[in-house]
Amino acid sequence: MEWDALLLSRIQFAFTIGFHIIFPAFTIGLASYLAVLEGLWLITRRDHFKNLYLFWVKIFALSFGMGVVSGVVMSYQFGTNWSAFSAYAGGVIGPLLAFEVLAAFFLEASFLGIMLFGWKRVGPGLHFFSTCMVALGTLISAFWILAANSWMQTPQGFAVGRDGSLVATDWLDVIFTPSFPSRLLHMTLAAYLTTAMVVAGAAAFGLLRGRANAENRTSLRMAVLMMAFVAPLQFVLGHESGMVALEHQPAKVAAMEGWWEEGPRKPTVLVGWPDEKSESNRFEIAIPESGNFIFGVPAEQSLPGLKKYEASERPPVAMTFWAFRIMVGMGVVMLALGVWGLVAWLAKRLDGARLYHRALVLAAPSGFVAVLAGWIAAEVGRQPYVIYGVMRTAEAVSPVGAGQVAGSLLAYMIVYAIVFSAGALYILRLMGAGPGPGEETPHARDRGPGDMLAAGLAPTAKIAPTSSQSE
Amino acid sequence: MFGVELSLIWAVLIALAVFLYVVLDGFDLGVGILFPFAKDSKERDQMVAAIAPVWDGNETWLVLGGGGLLATFPKAYAALMPALYIPIGLMLMALIFRGVAFEFRHHGRQRGKRFWTIAFAGGSIAAAISQGFVLGGFIQGSDFLEGRFIGFPFDWLTPFSCVVAVGLTLGYGLLGATWLIFKTEGALLERARKWARRLAIAVGLAMAAVSLATLALNELVTERWGLSMYQIDWPTFARVAPLPILAAVLVALIWRAAAGRHALRPYLLSITLFATAYAGLAVSLWPFIVPYVMTPADAAAPDNALALMLAGALPLLLLIFAYTFYVYWVFRGKVAADASYH
Repeated sequence: MEWDALLLSRIQFAFTIGFHIIFPAFTIGLASYLAVLEGLWLITRRDHFKNLYLFWVKIFALSFGMGVVSGVVMSYQFGTNWSAFSAYAGGVIGPLLAFEVLAAFFLEASFLGIMLFGWKRVGPGLHFFSTCMVALGTLISAFWILAANSWMQTPQGFAVGRDGSLVATDWLDVIFTPSFPSRLLHMTLAAYLTTAMVVAGAAAFGLLRGRANAENRTSLRMAVLMMAFVAPLQFVLGHESGMVALEHQPAKVAAMEGWWEEGPRKPTVLVGWPDEKSESNRFEIAIPESGNFIFGVPAEQSLPGLKKYEASERPPVAMTFWAFRIMVGMGVVMLALGVWGLVAWLAKRLDGARLYHRALVLAAPSGFVAVLAGWIAAEVGRQPYVIYGVMRTAEAVSPVGAGQVAGSLLAYMIVYAIVFSAGALYILRLMGAGPGPGEETPHARDRGPGDMLAAGLAPTAKIAPTSSQSE
Repeated sequence: MFGVELSLIWAVLIALAVFLYVVLDGFDLGVGILFPFAKDSKERDQMVAAIAPVWDGNETWLVLGGGGLLATFPKAYAALMPALYIPIGLMLMALIFRGVAFEFRHHGRQRGKRFWTIAFAGGSIAAAISQGFVLGGFIQGSDFLEGRFIGFPFDWLTPFSCVVAVGLTLGYGLLGATWLIFKTEGALLERARKWARRLAIAVGLAMAAVSLATLALNELVTERWGLSMYQIDWPTFARVAPLPILAAVLVALIWRAAAGRHALRPYLLSITLFATAYAGLAVSLWPFIVPYVMTPADAAAPDNALALMLAGALPLLLLIFAYTFYVYWVFRGKVAADASYH
């Protein structure tokens, strides 16, 4: 392995996108959650929904800000580090990325202003509308970015143009590739689950601290419902995604499953260490002959093995294999916690189940781990291609020197370490205090004209004990 | 389409997006640039309150600049970005610091707030300077071979690009100061008037310096303006002379309006000054999208990509203008003197 511009650019892309995806994964779910909370408040007029909204919107503002700034980086990195890819495929994939900006980013960014600062400037209906527009923006954004990434995974609807770069032949084919529908839904649900785990963790923490208020009890129940009903669905979608990969990216599936030999009656490898030198798994524990059943194909049907592919056509096996296992493991954790919570709820013991609450606090980051691991499995698993079967990652890199890339990588690491630590500190501080009665609006001290909404919120005048403002 | 090349339409649209970015994010970057000159923490809170609800939307035009260029002129994007690797990277990192500072400043306690206040000012200044280097590097041109950058990592760093960087930073400062005239009241308003007057003069001088330096860059530019070291081609110069004259008049008008009772006029005049500079740049660089090597037609994506983009972008842009205007309308009026960010 040579520390050239290619390897460094790959590390930089992995680092910056990995840092970035944490925030959308959380804010896609949180925006929808906020829309639900505000809607419930407007319908029921029960204070704890409003308090939950005002609490989570502050965390949303912090997370969204970090998502925005780390996202701007991505829109330029295609050019600074992957210019050969941009020149070759920009005519096909560029419009998908540009539509994300035009249809989603402006919508989110504009209505976020009203969401955070418009409490006293617009009526409740318009404020709720703004929250919904932000939530809609996050979903549109997911649509286009997953369309772009799915095209890179299972490209179609293009040809090589006269100048040697790619040209689209059918835009609907480009947008709706085989892997797109299942991956879009898989990612959207992953975001919802990620948010549910964080919300559950924060509520459980509050309950452990003896704050058995309506806010914590309600949000815990909402999260449990999400876990119990969406986690199983997520397994179905993940399976669907795997079936598409089996057809279009068999080498990725082989790496995820740790299959070296092609053939029928494949085992399900539970754990092991795929060794690329000996082309076998060390310390393997497997359930024999269950692989075909899991993929829902007849036992005699042949399934792919890595040996079928030249070593230069294989993805890094151990990384794909383990990332996949970590993702599935986190899914199992969420599912188990969902079922546990549902049972405790039915037994009317949800608010006092301290062991369950501890487990939830511990599992609060499980969604982030699952999302990161899942994306690692997806992106490492499609190597050595950046556009599957069409363009190798090695051909995609910019004509820049290793020194420059090393410098920028180091700088990003320092910048992100500072920003991430501070952001995490502020979010955890808010979560530690937890939601409660009399939650302040995001800019409570701003005395703007027109106090329409505030007029309907008499209890907000109290100073929340959670406030950590200085100066 | 209508006998006009799609690539030309898109070149105009991308130029428009970049211009909107410059005058919109310009004022909120400018407020950050002026941060160190504020009297106290309360005044800084007021300054942030004047931009907080809208900065995110403003910065989205930059994302559109990147994403739009990739979509419509992938070869220009692929040529320019590696050439400007370092200033683009610096700009992005600076924008990270100032972007998170909006929220972080509020959540930080004593030391944290001080750190993020400095990060907001430093990030805004560094972002403006980096963008100046990007602009300077873009104007002066780089070495390309068949659309690939073949120069050195620091080619963008020249005396010329340094002058541009200073000029753009002052220009953003002017937009920030005039925006504060529009949005604030009390002592801060008076201070903003003073800043705007000084910055108007400084920007005028910087524009003159950049304009003269640009003439020395490339023969094409010299010819376009009819000005060389040895002679002046009067008929050619007469056609473009209104631009520098207009710029000088605008500087004077801003200087006067900033002192008067006007609220919005100084900002609008400053935008017009930027538009004049932009037009001057267009005169110099036409018809290149990558100066001196690539025209829009050379760099354009396939026609079907441009057509799809146009069909999608026109209605979406109208929608964006509509709700952007609505958001500015919601937050109309002066920021109260006792306003704080949250």
